[in-house]
Order: sequence, then structure tokens, then C-alpha cells
Amino acid sequence: MAKEFWRWKEYNWHDENRDWREGKIVTSGVDVGSVSSQAVIMVDGELYAFSNMRTGSNSPDSAHNAMNWALEDTGMTLDDFNFVVGTGYGRVNVPFADKAITEIACHARGGNYMYGPTVRTILDMGGQDCKAILCDERGKVTNFLMNDKCAAGTGRGMEVFADLLGVSIEDVGDLSFDVEEEPPPVSSTCVVFAKSEAASLLREGWSQSKVLAAYCSAMAHRVFTLLERVGVQKDFAITGGIGKNSGVVKRLEQELGLTALTAKHDTQIAGALGAALFGKALVEKGKGRKK
Amino acid sequence: MITAGVDVGAKTVKIVVLRDREVVATAKDLSGFDQAKVASELLAQALEKANVTQGDLAGICSTGAGRKIVSEATHSVTEVSAGAKGSLFINPDVRTVIDVGAEEGRAIRCTEKGKVEDFAVNEKCAAGSGAFTESMARALEVDVAELGKLSLGSDASVPMNAQCAVFAESEVVSLLHAETPKQDISKAIHDAIASRITSMARRIGLNKEVLVIGGVALNVGFIRSLNEAIEMDVIVADDPEFVNALGAALIAAERAN
Repeated sequence: MAKEFWRWKEYNWHDENRDWREGKIVTSGVDVGSVSSQAVIMVDGELYAFSNMRTGSNSPDSAHNAMNWALEDTGMTLDDFNFVVGTGYGRVNVPFADKAITEIACHARGGNYMYGPTVRTILDMGGQDCKAILCDERGKVTNFLMNDKCAAGTGRGMEVFADLLGVSIEDVGDLSFDVEEEPPPVSSTCVVFAKSEAASLLREGWSQSKVLAAYCSAMAHRVFTLLERVGVQKDFAITGGIGKNSGVVKRLEQELGLTALTAKHDTQIAGALGAALFGKALVEKGKGRKK
Repeated sequence: MITAGVDVGAKTVKIVVLRDREVVATAKDLSGFDQAKVASELLAQALEKANVTQGDLAGICSTGAGRKIVSEATHSVTEVSAGAKGSLFINPDVRTVIDVGAEEGRAIRCTEKGKVEDFAVNEKCAAGSGAFTESMARALEVDVAELGKLSLGSDASVPMNAQCAVFAESEVVSLLHAETPKQDISKAIHDAIASRITSMARRIGLNKEVLVIGGVALNVGFIRSLNEAIEMDVIVADDPEFVNALGAALIAAERAN
């Protein structure tokens, strides 16, 4: 089978230096997106474990798989949670969730945790949509704009390009700076047409890197217009998979004249993290399961 | 008087040679990488078929996305002008023209005298063009020519959530995984593109008769879904992909007078 260049790394992690049994409140957030799914486990509001994997053809199975992988080697089971919140495109199909909360609320809440209370604008660049979210110092959403109709400016669009050019998706960012001069952006908005455009640019003798540069800058501009409409406020941060693509992030920063905050956590887990934090807040209000 | 119309589309080049308003030759080929060369060679072929030389022509009019690259052209017109002209020549009762090509969709409203009153174009998004059905056919692993026929066997209405061709491709794969019959998926695909085209056409108003031109008009599944979406029966032009080239040739003749 041919190499699938769009495939990004799926992995899990847990904090080996902590014993979750000593915690009081154990909550989980499960973000079943259209392209990727994450399960995050928090102990007393601190990140304890997570998994990040591809969403399958069925949401409940994807939720179970992500959860089982996050639980791996922790000795924890589903019964140990005080509260589980589902979020993302498949949030109503998380069979073991106590509640479903929209991914917009969860990204703002998770972004607040990941980037600190100074963050006011969160750009969530997901697999099949893109959201520009404004929030307050507590991570509460004050306004947002979303594109979920068009693949331009989404992770899926970037995956299509990685496959077309035969470049691993994780290398796209670095390679896109391997150019002597920044080329003009790809002119087609539509990913389908941009693909044809890229094919003709390659025929004209453009290098792989130059085409990637042109596409990254087109994508940066596409999401810039969304941010401009919602009105960007400092501080600014990017969540979702594209947050890991320096080719888009740096070009967007340049167009915005702003530097995005960086997080020590994987930008893809922001939604699930926010969901787990909502779970903790609900437990503190007396909701949830008794252990 | 002999004239030629050259339509350089995103995917194919079409040529019509007219003698005294009568079609004497047509030719069609893929646009390929070098559209200018393809157009020149195809023009030579069409003229040979018509048994005339370039010197016999009173004018050559180009149209289509690549109309500027035709070096032989004496005139050049937009697809809107060419489409309206060609459509009214075919059927003088036409008031609305729906033109769906490989990478563009167009709706044109014209008067009984053939004047263009209003038009709408989508050239930004693959969802309302032939590129949509082509990528869906790939996802379904059927030939694009088969896709339309397949959908005629279905009366189901499976909703497609995605508008975007990229997202719709994933949705088709999910529907296949869920073991939805291929004919029902095919119907959903044509309903989706018909609904996109209809909402564009409604912006300029739909008046009878409605003529459908462009390569996608050959797709019987699309025409059926379009009839249902606009709630009237459209007319499909004979050789629908040649109508713009025909219109261009007619315009060349008018301008030569």
C-alpha cells in the first residue's frame, strides 16, 4: 500500500510521577472530532493523562478507543471518574459521558488552562472546521465565528496537500521555509481547485517546498480573514492540529502582526482538556457520580 | 460566411465551425498542460473536417476560462455572452440558462431578444461544478459516466451534510462503511450538487424555459435531481458541452458583418 503522507502521529501519555489515587476529583473530557479524537484525564484540575488518535467511522467506538488508550497503564477504569464530559462533533455519541458541551466552550476553557488567563483570542484549527473564539480571563466565550462549510483553512485541507506532494504532514511546516523567496499564495480558495493549481505549479518547475510555502500562506490568509471579522484581541493562541504546523502559524503571525502564545501541551488536546475542566467544576457544584 | 468558436474550458477545449449559421464541424479534446497548443491543433482538425482553411474564415471568437491564450482568435467573449447566444440559437424560448462545467457553474437570465439581464457565477468552490461529481465518483469507485445512471435506480433521500467536495468525499466513504447502497449514495451526491446550482440560479430568478448546458448536463442523475430541486422540467441541450463554442462562433459571424 502506498505511504499515506497525511497520517500524523497518534500517541498516549500519562504522568508517571503522580498517583491518581491520591486525588480527590478525577474527571475526563473526550473530544470526538471529525478527524481526530482525544481523551484527557485530569486529577484535581491537573493534567494527568491523555490520548490523541484518528477518529474512526463510528463515534461511540472512537470515544471508547480514545478513552481506553488514555487509561492504558494507569490502573484507572471508567468507574473511577467523578465526571465525564463529551465534546466535539461527535459529543452526543460518547456513550459513557455524563454531559455534552460544545467544542467552542471547551476550547475556550482548555485554551485558558493551556495558555493562561491572558488569552483573549483562540483560533481553533480543527480537522474539518476552523473557529475564531473570543474569551474572557476565565475562559468564558464572549464571541466566535466559525467556518465549517469549506475545507480551505482546515486540517483536512492540509492533509490533502501533504498527500498530493508526498510530504509527511509533520514536515510540511519546516519544508515550507526551505525557499529562497516567499512565493505568492495559491490563488484558488477551494482545496479541489488548489490541488489542480499546485499540480500545474509543480509542472512549471516549482519545488515541493515552494508549493508548500504558497499553500501555507494561502491557508494563513484564509484564517486571517476569519480572525479579522471576529476582531482579534491580545493575547492570541492557536489550538487544534494546525497549531503544530509552523508553516501556517508563522505566516499567520506575520500577517496579524502578533505572536501566538506557545503551550507545553499538545494543541490538539485543548477541547478535551476544557471538557475535563468543566467536569471538575460540575463536581464541585455537587454534580456527578459518588465514588 | 464561415466562422469558428473556440471554447477553452478548465478541462476540455471545444470547437464549432459554422457556415451560414449551420454547424459544419465540431471538435473536442482535453485541455492538457499546454492549452494554446491543444487549441491550435484542434482548430486545424476542425477546419480540416469542415474542408476549409483558416483563410476562409470571416472570424474566430474564443471563450472560456482560457480564452485569452487563443492566438488565432479575432474576438473574445465571456462564457456568459457565448452561453446566452448559443442557448437562444438552439431554443428561442429559453429565458434561463444553467451552465455547469468542469470547474464552474453559471446561471444566466436573458430576454426574448437574447440580451443578458442578469447572471450568477460560482468559480470559487468545487461543490457546484463537475469537479464535485468527479471526486465523488472516485470515492464511490465508479466511472463518472456510470454515476448518473446509478442514481436513477434510487428513490431514497439520504441527506449529505457536507457541502464542500473534500468533506463530502469523507462522507461518501462513511456512507459506504455504513453499507448504504451505492445507488442511494449516488442520488445523495446529485441532490447535493443540484441544490447548490439551484440556490445559485434562484438568486437571479428561474424563468421558463430553462436550458441546461455544459458537460455536466450529460449526467442524467444530475438532471433528474435538478428537475426535482427547481420543481420544473429543464431542457437539456443536444451536445451541451458545445453550446458556448457555438455561441462564440455566432458572435464571430455577427461581428464580421
